[in-house]
Amino acid sequence: MSRLFPFHGGLKTVRHKTESNRQPIQPGPLPRRLTVPLRQHIGAIAKALVQVGDSVLKGQMIGQADGYISAAVHAPTSGVVVAVDTRPVPHPSGLPDLCVVIDSDGENRWIERQPVVYRALHPSELRNILRNAGIVGLGGAAFPSAVKLNLSGQDQHLETLILNGAECEPWITCDDRLMRERAAGIIAGLHVMVHLLEPREVLIGIEDDKPEAIAAMSEMCAGTGYAVRSVPTRYPSGSVKQLVKLLTGKETPVEGLPIDVGVQCFNVATAYTIHRAIDHGEPVISRVVTVTGHVSRPGNLDALLGTPFAELIEQCGGYREKVERLIMGGPMMGFALHSDEVPLTKAANCILAASAEELTPTRPVAPCIRCGACVEVCPANLLPQQLYWHARAKEFDKAQDYHLFSCIECGCCSAVCPSHIPLVQYYRYAKNEIWAQEKEKQKAELARQRHQARLERLEREKQEREAKLRQKSPARTAKAEDSGAGGKLDIQTAVAQAKPQPLSLIPSHEGTGESEGEKTDQSLGKQDV
Amino acid sequence: MIAAIVVLSALAGVSGLLLGFAAVRFKVEGDPIVDKIDAILPQTQCGQCGYPGCRPYAEAIAAGEADINQCPPGGENGIVALADLLGRDPKPLSTEHGVVKPKMLAVVDEQNCIGCTLCIQACPVDAILGAAKHMHTVIASECTGCELCVAPCPVDCIDMVPITQTITTWKWTYPVVTTKAAA
Repeated sequence: MSRLFPFHGGLKTVRHKTESNRQPIQPGPLPRRLTVPLRQHIGAIAKALVQVGDSVLKGQMIGQADGYISAAVHAPTSGVVVAVDTRPVPHPSGLPDLCVVIDSDGENRWIERQPVVYRALHPSELRNILRNAGIVGLGGAAFPSAVKLNLSGQDQHLETLILNGAECEPWITCDDRLMRERAAGIIAGLHVMVHLLEPREVLIGIEDDKPEAIAAMSEMCAGTGYAVRSVPTRYPSGSVKQLVKLLTGKETPVEGLPIDVGVQCFNVATAYTIHRAIDHGEPVISRVVTVTGHVSRPGNLDALLGTPFAELIEQCGGYREKVERLIMGGPMMGFALHSDEVPLTKAANCILAASAEELTPTRPVAPCIRCGACVEVCPANLLPQQLYWHARAKEFDKAQDYHLFSCIECGCCSAVCPSHIPLVQYYRYAKNEIWAQEKEKQKAELARQRHQARLERLEREKQEREAKLRQKSPARTAKAEDSGAGGKLDIQTAVAQAKPQPLSLIPSHEGTGESEGEKTDQSLGKQDV
Repeated sequence: MIAAIVVLSALAGVSGLLLGFAAVRFKVEGDPIVDKIDAILPQTQCGQCGYPGCRPYAEAIAAGEADINQCPPGGENGIVALADLLGRDPKPLSTEHGVVKPKMLAVVDEQNCIGCTLCIQACPVDAILGAAKHMHTVIASECTGCELCVAPCPVDCIDMVPITQTITTWKWTYPVVTTKAAA
């Protein structure tokens, strides 16, 4: 067993894993109506490929990846598209987003599934297949994996590939069950990643409170050269930068990514979906989700994306009494949902029906006493109380001086704060404001450029008009130069320009007798004719 | 005595040459403070400040002709930023120049547009598309919400609509906390 490099801070949290990790993964329900959001990933929203009335097959692409950082979306079952419009989606805002609504025909008819012989393919072809299969990180961030599997932009060789099975958040057990039951599939998916990235070593990090998962994964890794590392159960060891530190000792630079130190990290569930896509030709249309908390039969479901949360909860026996809030994700980093009618998405690893006991009670907030407890637990080595002062005072530039954007919003600081200050809420607020201001600035800069361009255009057009006028009556300019009465003629040119002059060779009547210059002008004009 | 005079004169001469060189070599083109003020202004180009655009207003502030509280689209944040930059005290927005409104977007009612091009000529950022006797439309992503196109429209077919919040523009709000009553 090689050594580990503990990260700073972290917490021993309540675990609550046994509620849901004792039963095997069950297949989820086949709902009558599925609502599939077209934005289930970080990056550009997928472009809808279907219209109302189209019939779709299970696994058929209904949303196309639009841009480099994007992923495709597929029909989770066969049926008919009944709507393509905005519906509520799981998001902290409760706002709707564009979805494809499919009425299931109950037949689950697949598209033609083609396994891929990936070793013969060019890496970019293989990445395209993964992109079109809708592969995104299933740990919760849902970042398109094809982008992370591309190293051609960087000139470094990948040192370490890490497979993240830490699952450090309380309550969540979907990765635990997946590793216990489907380790072979995970390793098959890992082979594809290794083929694309060619790392020097492959490490699989699993928290030591999952001995069965560690055993299952170790067994599958025998003879492959992949090393399973048991890491201490300490929140947030499953956070990318912390896991990289823990396993390799490398610190990810501020505002950098693990790839900057030659490490790339994927979730175990992502590896499993890659296996399904390559070895079975099945795109991402389902995921394992933990349904736990105050439900009658907590457990893990392999459910179709687009299934309403309410139906998943029903399959787990429905709500027990005292449920106060429905949370997507864990209690530390998850967010409260506005309704249980929102659909399952690729990012949803856990649905937690929380009662008052699980929720951090909303206690009255006392002033910060600068005890420094938050500094001791911050896994990102930040000074949370400094960030808090500046975020609260809306001094965003100062908050950024204290590396606000290195904050991973793990919630350790809020959890230990003796004054019960909702610290992470302040950091989220500050980050959002800074991003919004940045966008405003870019928009203002664009407006400034466009305004500048318009002024330049108007000026150019004016000069062109003048030049044209001068060209059409060269005599005027000639005379002006001869007599040296340039200023006067300039004014006359401008006056002439302001009047409609279809034929500049025919002198206008208004000008007659106005001045000496004008008369000569007319006579010269006649000579020209 | 002589030595002192020679030394001091030489020093004066050398310093003079240095200063002269620096004046030529490090000459500042234009007024950098105008650029800095212009960078803070929202570039709406709406003219509510009484100047024909953000740049002229920036020049007027730099010259001391205009006050820093004449820009309604910039709002309170803009005034604070200007006050910070210029070392003055922030003051409330001058009401004669307008009130702070949520960001708006101009929308042409395409059924009623007669294609007169008056709005196109009024738009300070060329965000309206169209040609004479053809329907016009606003390029939403370029519109600054300045409202300058509304007045010239002879058939009153341009509306200012508030920008609706979407998932991509949504922001976490400032935390609302209940504080403990003083013991």
